Amino acid sequence: MTVLVQEEPFEIGVVVENFTNAQAGMGAVVTFTGIVRDLAGGLQHMLIEHYPAMTQPALEAIEAKAVERWNLGGSLVIHRFGKLAPGEQIMMVATAAPHRNDAFAAAEYLMDYLKSRAPFWKKEITADGADWVATKDEDEKALGRWAD
Amino acid sequence: MIDILYFAWVRERIGLPKERLETSASTVAELVEELRSKEERYEAAFADVSALRVAVDQELTEFDAPLEGVREVAFFPPMTGG
Repeated sequence: MTVLVQEEPFEIGVVVENFTNAQAGMGAVVTFTGIVRDLAGGLQHMLIEHYPAMTQPALEAIEAKAVERWNLGGSLVIHRFGKLAPGEQIMMVATAAPHRNDAFAAAEYLMDYLKSRAPFWKKEITADGADWVATKDEDEKALGRWAD
Repeated sequence: MIDILYFAWVRERIGLPKERLETSASTVAELVEELRSKEERYEAAFADVSALRVAVDQELTEFDAPLEGVREVAFFPPMTGG
């Protein structure tokens, strides 16, 4: 279980290779990478603010729930903060499990929770000004499917 | 004394990221009322608490959470990670 909260970019290929090589006896590795999109057009950059004292423990708690729930050999969460340009990676999750179902489900769970339960806030800066990204109802609804 | 932290547009509306306050509030909701009565910029930030989230000592909680023994309260909009 690893959680990295960092300003600097990461190399997807290197991260995935190192993560995969560290998984002894696991049959499945699933990875997801989030990329900054220019949805409305004209995005200059995105600013991601976070709550340093809370971010790491909140992500570790989410990861611990996933480990409790699925049969995982390993998991990794990387989330960046600071100034990001369109096309840059924001975050990634990786899960390893004996079988793919557990790896996929745990990766989706991690994504759903870190979208709306980890203390990050995105602000989009365009030529017209700056706006905080609003939460989407579907993000909150997505958590419902994990209810016990 | 209690540390109060603000993030994202809450921080922008209030105009500072952090302050230290002596308060007699016994719950988060009472603290919010106390802040709202301070100045217009607090009223603007806390006008609709349903649009806000709160963490007490770095854990997400509800507005009726008690403040006894608490060192840090943070107010922010719903989170947009991922």
